[in-house]
Amino acid sequence: MATTSHEPTTTRADPEGISGAAVRRGDRTFLGLSTGAGLLVLVVMAAIAVFLVWKAIPSIQADSANFFTEGQWLPDSDPPAFGIAVLLFGTLWTSIIALIIAVPIGYGIALFIAFYAQRRLASTLAFIVDLLAAVPSIIFGLWGLYNFMPYVVPFSQWLSEYLGFIPIFANSQELWTKSILMAGLVLAIMILPTVSAISREVFVQVPRMHVEAALALGATRWEMIRMAVFPFSRPGMISAAMLGLGRALGETIAVALILSAAFEINWAITEPGGNSFAANIALKWGEAGEVGRSALIASGLVLFFITLVVNMSARWVIARRKDFSGAN
Amino acid sequence: MSKQIDLVDLDIYYGDFLAVEGVNLTVKANSVMSFIGPSGCGKSTVLRSINRMHEVIPGAHVKGAVNLDGENLYGPNVDPVLVRRTIGMVFQRPNPFPTMSIADNVIAGLKLEKDKKRKESMDEIVEKSLRGANLWEEVKDRLKRPGASLSGGQQQRLCIARAIAVEPQVLLMDEPCSALDPISTLAIEDLIRELKDRYTIIIVTHNMQQAGRVSDDTAFFNLSGIGKPGHLIEVGPTAQIFSHPEHKQTEDYIAGRFG
Amino acid sequence: MTDLSGLRSGAPVPDTTPHSGPVTSSEAPPPNAGGRQNRGDSADSLHLTGNRLPRWAPWVIAAGAIILGLLVQVTGITVVGLAPGFVAAFAFLLVQTATSWTVEGRRHATDRLATTLIYTTFVLALVPLLWILITVIAKGLSVFSPEFFTSTMRNVNPRAEGGGIAHAFLGTLEQVGIAALIAVPIGVLAAVYLVEFGKGRFAYWISFFVDVMTGIPSIVAGLFIYTALILTGVLEQSGLAAGLALAILMLPVIVRATEEMLRIVPNELREGALALGVPKWKVILRIVIPTAISGIITGVMLAVARVAGETAPLLLVTFLAQDMNPNPATGSQASLPTFVWDQISRGTPASIDRAWGGALALILFVLVMYAGARIIAKIYSPKAR
Repeated sequence: MATTSHEPTTTRADPEGISGAAVRRGDRTFLGLSTGAGLLVLVVMAAIAVFLVWKAIPSIQADSANFFTEGQWLPDSDPPAFGIAVLLFGTLWTSIIALIIAVPIGYGIALFIAFYAQRRLASTLAFIVDLLAAVPSIIFGLWGLYNFMPYVVPFSQWLSEYLGFIPIFANSQELWTKSILMAGLVLAIMILPTVSAISREVFVQVPRMHVEAALALGATRWEMIRMAVFPFSRPGMISAAMLGLGRALGETIAVALILSAAFEINWAITEPGGNSFAANIALKWGEAGEVGRSALIASGLVLFFITLVVNMSARWVIARRKDFSGAN
Repeated sequence: MSKQIDLVDLDIYYGDFLAVEGVNLTVKANSVMSFIGPSGCGKSTVLRSINRMHEVIPGAHVKGAVNLDGENLYGPNVDPVLVRRTIGMVFQRPNPFPTMSIADNVIAGLKLEKDKKRKESMDEIVEKSLRGANLWEEVKDRLKRPGASLSGGQQQRLCIARAIAVEPQVLLMDEPCSALDPISTLAIEDLIRELKDRYTIIIVTHNMQQAGRVSDDTAFFNLSGIGKPGHLIEVGPTAQIFSHPEHKQTEDYIAGRFG
Repeated sequence: MTDLSGLRSGAPVPDTTPHSGPVTSSEAPPPNAGGRQNRGDSADSLHLTGNRLPRWAPWVIAAGAIILGLLVQVTGITVVGLAPGFVAAFAFLLVQTATSWTVEGRRHATDRLATTLIYTTFVLALVPLLWILITVIAKGLSVFSPEFFTSTMRNVNPRAEGGGIAHAFLGTLEQVGIAALIAVPIGVLAAVYLVEFGKGRFAYWISFFVDVMTGIPSIVAGLFIYTALILTGVLEQSGLAAGLALAILMLPVIVRATEEMLRIVPNELREGALALGVPKWKVILRIVIPTAISGIITGVMLAVARVAGETAPLLLVTFLAQDMNPNPATGSQASLPTFVWDQISRGTPASIDRAWGGALALILFVLVMYAGARIIAKIYSPKAR
């Protein structure tokens, strides 16, 4: 309905809504609000970094020891002496153990739901596995400490008895509870739904035609998975593992309840040792003085940074894949 | 090397639903047969039952027999995996594996089961199969490039090369040209005429002119109604089906009165 | 005519009558007793019949493995010190793979092994889930009583029984409520921006960081609120601060869920409304969002379920109260997760019991939200699947 008369612009429907003089006040307000909301996301992320840095600096300046290599945590002593070496170790070591256990199992569960289970059951089964994600971490800690531990101890003992020639499995302290292995196991259970849910999404997206092409060539089911599913899903699988890692790195309460005993670098997984960034903050916050809190904030900053890197990499891996997707 | 296919009183079920009923037909060795019929009449279902691909859908089963030179492919102890080795399939949309190179695509099936009787090297097999699919000249300099980097028609010929690399007896083609442009279609049709010297070929097609161009025999399927099973209405030499069909349904379909 | 006699080792020669018509389906040959797959002499053999393990084989092997496990249990003879269950499991895997390899060949043996292992992973996921749920229910129920839900921990000696979660429950409701009040409008608006307006780099970065935000450790959110609002004196340690910290954690979940739901709304709906002369903001508010509302609600409930159980940030920005505090703006306030934490740290048997009770209450709340979200999604989902 092109007209040349000066029609009131209020009746013209402009899909863009933001052009020249035809901007309606309602549209502008709404656009402003929603843009602001989007902006807020960026602002919050930046603010987190800014404020954490701001409040971390005093302690770092006061630190008489090397922040990165010092093995103790005594920020409230005189002079303050604290470092994140133990925290870095504890965080990474427990997370790696968790990954080693959870990633293959997570992939397996995702494969099961996508290719082995009955189609009609698929979403129910997925729901059940996702329920594991709904369990709050404090309950994992409670259960881990009181119910799971008695079963992990004999397992740890078995490990040190039969595989003790490998140093990480050896146990010289005869202390079996509250070990890194225990924390790693609980973490593994906690990140399992993450790894499996994301892998499952990826597996389900493999185009049916590649699955059928493999089967039509006379492949068994497992061969089909290796031929058509894994190559296609590799970036997604990596991303799933990294997101699981991110989750493990940031887990606080379960680790805090389980690892509260020692504060030292100890590679033997069946012995107590190490503590994670997040757990350390939770445990020491109450009694920390001013420098102490600042030190904990500094450690939180390191944790923020690490999880940022891991999560961003995980997303980047998938994003790259979209460019050369196999679904032509 | 190729064999004759006999469908004997074949009923195909998806769970309890009878999709196709009472099919009896013979595909002669080294010939091309086309399956024609309106959408949903079951021709693809019948095709897939020949290499037991329809079993990929849970609950699908058959009654009756599909015989390859007398041996029932649905006999007890028959391994569907081996059936699919012997009977190759090419699909509607070209589907080379995207993460594999052209050469790797060709030998994808061979990597599964290394046939000790074959003396040629992998490279020789790649060349032989690509030549067999009329693709060698076009890709011989870029065998390491990804399989998905080819045009649609080339991709489909790559899929044909992949299918013949394992030296099947029979080739099944499910509307192989419907996703391709007319030039590529003609190229594939020429290829089919060459391939029938070595294989028995069954092709499902929506395009009756294609059936006329390419096949020696034609089988016409139809549905009696929505929700009813499909049936084989008539089968015979292509020339005869198109000029003097015996059944009115066949004649109506050929004349374009429905479908 | 293909000679198949060589392929069925140990079986009598099947009928080889030349056929011109339908072949009668052969009687089932005797089950293969094992023995290697024969490659047939004639060059034309089709090799279609592979030797297959009979259907009952895996079950028999499993039964054998279980018996073996029981033997280990009963006689106490250990195999490398493994528990009977593990012995049975490994025995099953080993025997099945070996049997399959000899009878069916490498490819099918590998396939069976993969199938068994993959089924196992699923079982492995169920075990902890059921274990946790059963434990929490069993231990928590023993503490449940009307008193538990109506009283607080005021004046309750840690060693003594009694006390309840009323204050904690109220605290959680208020804190999560505040979080939702803040996160939902912002999250929905941000999603609206991404779907309806955003194009180009800005929107890309917002989307990217929303994803990244889902990975923020909850304790970092707590640290942020502490440094930005509490240390600067804007707020005191309170339920309100907790609500804000939880809002940060809820936000990305809501943005993502809303975004997905908005994208599902068909474009034809928008275009139809715009073509009628409805201004864009009205289209979004009155048509698009209501169409997606069930999905949005689902997303909100899932986000609530996620943050209701968060303990870490609360430890930093609230003081734990033992008593009822309905005012979130000031003073200490309890919450279910911090209640559990607190009771665990007391360590007495009575406190641990209360911890289980609190845990059960918490998990019930979370599961109700979770299940409710799924039910709403199922009932109201746009049936355009």
